[in-house]
Amino acid sequence: MTAHAIAPARTRAETIQRVVTPGGIEAWLVESYAVPLIALEFAMRGGAAQEPADKAGLATLLAGLLDEGAGPYDARAFHRAIEDLAIRLGFGCDRDTISGHMQTLARNRDEAFELLRLAVCEPRLETQAIDRVRGQIAAGLKRDANDPDALVAKAFREAAFPNHPYGRPVRGDLESLERLARDDLEALRGRLLARDNLVIAVVGAIDAATLAAKLDATFGALPRAGRLDSVAEIDIHALGQRRIVDLDVPQSTIRFGRPGLQRKDPDYFGAVVINHILGGGVFTARLFNEVREKRGLAYSVYSHLNEYDRCAMLVGGAATKNERARESLEVIQRQFAELAAEGPTADELDKAKKYLTGSYALRFDTSTKIAGQLVNLQLDDFEPSYLDERNGRIDAVTLDDARRVAKRLLGNGELLVSVAGRPQGL
Amino acid sequence: MPMTQPGAEAIAADHAANTAAAKAAAGAAKAENAAAGVIHSRLANGLEIVVIPDRRAPVVTHMIWYRNGSADDPVGKSGIAHFLEHLMFKGTHAHPQGEFSNLVSELGGQENAFTSYDYTAYFQRIGKEHLGTLMEFEADRMINLVLSDEVVGPEREVVLEERRMRTENDPSAQLDEAVQAALFPHHPYGTPIIGWGHEIETLGREDALHYYRRFYTPENAVLIVAGDIDFETARDLAEKSYGRIPARDDAPSRRRPREPEPRAHRLVTLADEKVEQPTQERVFLVPSYTTAAPGEAETLEVLAHVLGGGPSSVLYDQLVVEQKVAVNAGAYYMGSALDDTRFWVYATPAPGVSLERLDDAIGAALDKFAASEIAEADLKRAKNRLVAEAVYAQDSQVSLARWYGESLATGLSVEDVAAWPERIDAVTAADLTAAARKWLQKRRAVTGFLQPEGEDQAGLAA
Repeated sequence: MTAHAIAPARTRAETIQRVVTPGGIEAWLVESYAVPLIALEFAMRGGAAQEPADKAGLATLLAGLLDEGAGPYDARAFHRAIEDLAIRLGFGCDRDTISGHMQTLARNRDEAFELLRLAVCEPRLETQAIDRVRGQIAAGLKRDANDPDALVAKAFREAAFPNHPYGRPVRGDLESLERLARDDLEALRGRLLARDNLVIAVVGAIDAATLAAKLDATFGALPRAGRLDSVAEIDIHALGQRRIVDLDVPQSTIRFGRPGLQRKDPDYFGAVVINHILGGGVFTARLFNEVREKRGLAYSVYSHLNEYDRCAMLVGGAATKNERARESLEVIQRQFAELAAEGPTADELDKAKKYLTGSYALRFDTSTKIAGQLVNLQLDDFEPSYLDERNGRIDAVTLDDARRVAKRLLGNGELLVSVAGRPQGL
Repeated sequence: MPMTQPGAEAIAADHAANTAAAKAAAGAAKAENAAAGVIHSRLANGLEIVVIPDRRAPVVTHMIWYRNGSADDPVGKSGIAHFLEHLMFKGTHAHPQGEFSNLVSELGGQENAFTSYDYTAYFQRIGKEHLGTLMEFEADRMINLVLSDEVVGPEREVVLEERRMRTENDPSAQLDEAVQAALFPHHPYGTPIIGWGHEIETLGREDALHYYRRFYTPENAVLIVAGDIDFETARDLAEKSYGRIPARDDAPSRRRPREPEPRAHRLVTLADEKVEQPTQERVFLVPSYTTAAPGEAETLEVLAHVLGGGPSSVLYDQLVVEQKVAVNAGAYYMGSALDDTRFWVYATPAPGVSLERLDDAIGAALDKFAASEIAEADLKRAKNRLVAEAVYAQDSQVSLARWYGESLATGLSVEDVAAWPERIDAVTAADLTAAARKWLQKRRAVTGFLQPEGEDQAGLAA
């Protein structure tokens, strides 16, 4: 193996080694010695959506505590150990996963894996640390209390997902945070942090045999099986409705959305193409051209596909001065309607495909980005071959496909819209 | 700040220094190392070239940096550097509006641009076989920009919307503007990059073209190419594109007034009904990598990390863990600047702790630090981290390219960048104490308090 492990002589899938440890832990490895670094990313299925309904924020708090004291180290000693070796270590959480990343200089490999093991398998969850991290999350919530982006996100989430875990705030709220106790954290940790929930990707200066031993040592002490509650499938509710949050600011922040398509859907790549044409292309999309370039209505206007495990969405946003909020929304809705009715032009389809296939390589230009891509593929139950097949599937989208998927994705153009500000005429 | 959209950075003014979170991120990105094999050269017309090899993937990062930023905006025309950056996407005679962006997109590339106080930069990331094409378009845009009132008018509205989004909607951004204005009463760093709203409203086509003709020249530009390419190939492509642009008689000069020695501490408070979480910041006027005596900027870099670079730092340990007067505390040194610059210390108070009490605790912690010598283990830990960041940087050609561009655009050399880890390693415990005493004096600082409506009077009484 040489410094050119990511070079194009092999296909992208061929650079990936599937490492299965004696203990049954699997990881995807890209072995590369170009830079003396090792990057590891992992995720455990089951994130904030697994919290008890009255304990919103519990998974975020748990993720925030994993590096706040573990094994023989209290929080201060643990942070110093990380810092002494210049290791990058962090944990996070979203609706469907708890995730972690570790990056180290190759020469500190053994110590880095050991600190990762302690964080994942032996977090102390001490009262002082719990209070400290809870206070930091609360300060973040208060900082965002009147932030227009946070307000439209909340209004959208609550209207879209009533009585569903996705309707709850991932970071919790000031009341729910107060209810979170050490027992709750231990219970959630026992349910989520388990080997059968775990996907791992590693990129860098380590060989498969060494990695296998490290993975067993690092994750082997976790329980074999997690205990996840089933989360119901849900489609965005309240289509056609507008939720306006009054906020004394000169600009209206707008969020909009409607159902999307899941990644395993046969039309998914058609939807990727349609979204690119609608609002995904930063300087080329219809929304950019009509809202920003031609009319100067907004600095920021966009759409993207977003797939939670139980809900696929097409969402977007814009921010326009209050006096022109209505006009902006009308222009946006017209783009949905026109693209649904007529589909893209052959030229738009061609250009979208060229961008989407040509730019795929840019997602693989750093170790951490590669590892992140490989974790996401595993979470979606794809094989490494996806990496080589993906561009072909985009190229295979015909104009007829695109027209059909535009109708399916954009439908009658009905949107759930949330707005924060003092929009006029809505 | 939550980023709600993938393309949110589109044609962004580079306000990285304006939030505490971004400060921390910028601090990490700053600490980078010279990649092996970096070659620096100059075309006959004065254009500087830096080539940074990275052979891991068949892609390149192409950046053109101009040595002018918002601090070079003429008086009364604040925001013109940033407005022109937007207008640079409006096309030329050879390639009318949209053609360049459509081409980049069709070739599978990504592009953007950013404006800061001391520089403006345009970049694309793309498959290496397209580098020559990009250079031709970028070189064309350096001298052949065409602007009509029809495109300038709507774009000015876009910039005003950008300002509303970043500043008018956000009390903490408004406080940051006021703090900077107080720290730099004389030097143009006191004016926001995006410009003051009432002046943006008056900017027109002629302002943009005048500024463009003054600064967009080969002598004033730095070309950075990072990625899967060797120096000779990159230089040959540059000769065929940028090399055809004739040199002007002389490079544009930047003459900015120097900020006088600060003598009075200033307190700036902003109270707003939308604020529910108070925050405190104290910003000191300090030398930059460009203006500092040898070793002094590196000392300030290490000092910022020791004081406030994460949960192992002095301020976090004392204020958050020990005294529990804050939920967060940190420090950041904005070392990359052509002129004297800023050193932030910032904190978020724990519930029930007033900003005055928190500010006193910070002052006491800084005094204590300046009065004693840091333990060797603590110094070594900080230096290890900073030097290691130089190795981590090698994993990202974009951050390497950005680091070289930023350095050269603020008057440093490629050699300065390469020697950075050694110079960090040379910082001593005595240096840190001396720097804290010399630079972190309250009279050099502006303190900013962000607080809920009705609490500003308490702030003034302190």
